[in-house]
Amino acid sequence: MDRRENLRLLLSGSLATGFILTAGCNLPENAKEENVAITTYNYGRTPEEVLHDQKMENDVFFTERERKMVEILVDIIIPKDEKSGSATDAGVPDFIEFMMKDYPNFQLTMRGGLQWLESMSLKQYNQSFTDLNEQQRMGIIDEIAWPDKATQEMAYGVRFFNLMRNLTCTGFFTTEMGIKDLDYQGNTPNQWDGVPQEVLDKYGLSYDERTLEICLNVKDQHKIAQWDEEGNLI
Amino acid sequence: MSFQIKEQDKKYDVCIVGSGAGGGMAAKILSEAGLSVALLEAGGDYDPAKDEYRTQLRWPWESPRRGANTQRAFGDFDAAWGGWEIEGEPYTRKDGTQFDWFRARMLGGRTNHWGRISLRFGPLDFKRKDIDGLGDNWPIGYEDVKPYYDKVDQLIGVFGSKEGIYNEPDGFFLPPPKPRLHELFIKKAAMSSKIPVIPSRLSILTRRINDERGFCFFCAQCNRGCQVYGDFSSSTCLVKPAMEKGKVDLYTHAMVREVLTDTSGLAQGVLYIDKTDLNEYKISARAVVLAASACETARIMLNSKSKAHPDGLSNSSGVIGHYLHDSTGTDRMGILPHLIDRPRYNEDGVGGLHVYTPWWLDNKKLDFPRGYHIEYWGGMGMPSYGTGFGMDTMRQYIKDEFGTPSPNGGYGVSLKNDIRRIYGARVGMSGRGESIPQFDNYCELDPNTVDKYGIPVLRFHYKWTDHERKQSKHMHDTFEEILTNMGAIIFGEKPGPDTEYGLLAPGRIIHEVGTTRMGHDPKTSVLNSYAQAHDCKNLFVVDGGSFVSQADKNPTWTILALAWRTSDYIIQQFKNQNI
Repeated sequence: MDRRENLRLLLSGSLATGFILTAGCNLPENAKEENVAITTYNYGRTPEEVLHDQKMENDVFFTERERKMVEILVDIIIPKDEKSGSATDAGVPDFIEFMMKDYPNFQLTMRGGLQWLESMSLKQYNQSFTDLNEQQRMGIIDEIAWPDKATQEMAYGVRFFNLMRNLTCTGFFTTEMGIKDLDYQGNTPNQWDGVPQEVLDKYGLSYDERTLEICLNVKDQHKIAQWDEEGNLI
Repeated sequence: MSFQIKEQDKKYDVCIVGSGAGGGMAAKILSEAGLSVALLEAGGDYDPAKDEYRTQLRWPWESPRRGANTQRAFGDFDAAWGGWEIEGEPYTRKDGTQFDWFRARMLGGRTNHWGRISLRFGPLDFKRKDIDGLGDNWPIGYEDVKPYYDKVDQLIGVFGSKEGIYNEPDGFFLPPPKPRLHELFIKKAAMSSKIPVIPSRLSILTRRINDERGFCFFCAQCNRGCQVYGDFSSSTCLVKPAMEKGKVDLYTHAMVREVLTDTSGLAQGVLYIDKTDLNEYKISARAVVLAASACETARIMLNSKSKAHPDGLSNSSGVIGHYLHDSTGTDRMGILPHLIDRPRYNEDGVGGLHVYTPWWLDNKKLDFPRGYHIEYWGGMGMPSYGTGFGMDTMRQYIKDEFGTPSPNGGYGVSLKNDIRRIYGARVGMSGRGESIPQFDNYCELDPNTVDKYGIPVLRFHYKWTDHERKQSKHMHDTFEEILTNMGAIIFGEKPGPDTEYGLLAPGRIIHEVGTTRMGHDPKTSVLNSYAQAHDCKNLFVVDGGSFVSQADKNPTWTILALAWRTSDYIIQQFKNQNI
């Protein structure tokens, strides 16, 4: 609702209830309508957030070579298996690209790490990381992927790979594919009626009598609650 | 564009500043009594039932940052518009001390995202000085507030259980939800150390209470705002119904700079800056009710200087801004090895904890004066930004069928599988305690800084004392005991004196209160026992500012009860023609 609309309603008296006298959906002056319209995401954003996200989406962080390296690395970290697809199948590189801009503190570790990896590759094989064969590539990765075993000289690489692992795993398991893989069953209207009996049995637990007595009977949810003077539900 | 002050034509009986718990309640009660109300909110209009605002039942992939907190302090889907930092609305700190000030600029304020933990203060909580000699007693007691707690329970709805604990008074409860799996483990572990664990008390409708609001459908997302109004927020449960009756005009994006007074020192109305056109406007009213939040209200009063009120409005005592205090807070977490490879089912439940631990010990036998409660968390929540992090340190806790632990870090199919296996095995706990209000913990006007609306900003000075540090140490002892009893692998080191035993910075728990405290003596308090200003009889404060002491409880239920009580008093003052 814009201010003019509010004013119109005010003057015509067609708002029977209390007035909202300034609009809640005013865009900042520089937010042109066509800009807002092209953003991919729509999930209850304020106008300022729409602008921010749009800027993030329009900027590009990774160079072409970096992007190729990222695509290789994320699929090493989360490959396809019998249960679900790979990180690139789930669009993880786009998510990492976005996070680099959204949280600039990542940038140095990421960019420096990729360059460090490229240098390692050139030094050991005189080839770009992207051109290595699998055995060569995994030779380098194995030097940085195991923090408890890595040598001190590999500390930069370990730090970089930890970040890459974090972002890849979280990027994967927050997609539709990843959430299905984890078998998360919520985020949908339902009625919580306690831990399923077979799960209680598995862990040797049970609800005690008092708990069962005082807790919600989900069949009553729709009945309007009423109390006596002492606050007991009738 | 001219810059003269524009006066709104309409004159109101009451002008309320702030639409959170206190302001919403005042708007409802005062308007229903027939008074005309101008309700001013510094942020935008908000209604979680409208799809343009909806974040509830969204999936992490609907956010490009998968719910990370780079934009909103509690994550991308949280309902709060604002945070500890707001562009163009700074605050400063003094003498190297720390205070973090959370503000939500939106209809309903911070009630849109809060934890819904709705605890009554008990009889002891109003008279702590009588017990330990520290701080001050409230000028009122539990018996004064009880009738209002009873009414708030029934108007808004809160689930819980009658436990008969003296200082945790029972109310008019809806039935609580059954505990989740990790909560059953917690209960068993805590009880074996004689630490009580009882159903939590949250303002979430496990049952319908009227025809206007729906009931909980167990998505665990109260902090995102509820489309069916199944939980309490001021916007959905107070302001909306108040506006439907036609006596409340809502002014959004209205940043109040000061309360205007006449030559005799009485409030005439307020001056605000409309954030959308940056012009100043005046609203006239017979009474002004401040509900802008403890610190924002103090700021407005300190900025309202006049001949009659040279040190700020109703500040002859000089205590406005002083006795600022937040709850203490510290947390610990771990994983439960027996929950690795756990069976899947929908465990969302209500938004937040199903069980909690109220304060259970006697401080006379301890080396710190005030108590704390414990909130619990864990289980199979919706994956979000951060899920799958930390495998470089946590993977070692996942063992194969022969008991061989996985190596930390790594990659590939085995890593992917370990993340599946550990999902839902986390458990954690948070202590939230009572601090002692100190004169030397305060907010004041910064003489050098204004915000982008030209309004002088607050400068904070806040230090924890040994009372809080020792309490936090005790919390960590308790956490370790419970986690150890459960067989949990506890993460990280137990915090020591170098980090004030893990105490979070003041302001982080967002329970700050006390800046315009009530009392019988106008020399040491700002408000009387009805939250009416000592020095300005048509000025009232209905946010957390009036608190003399914060209990080891969350303040919202008490803000609501006191706002209702003050509103009844205001109506009486109008009837008696004292205003």
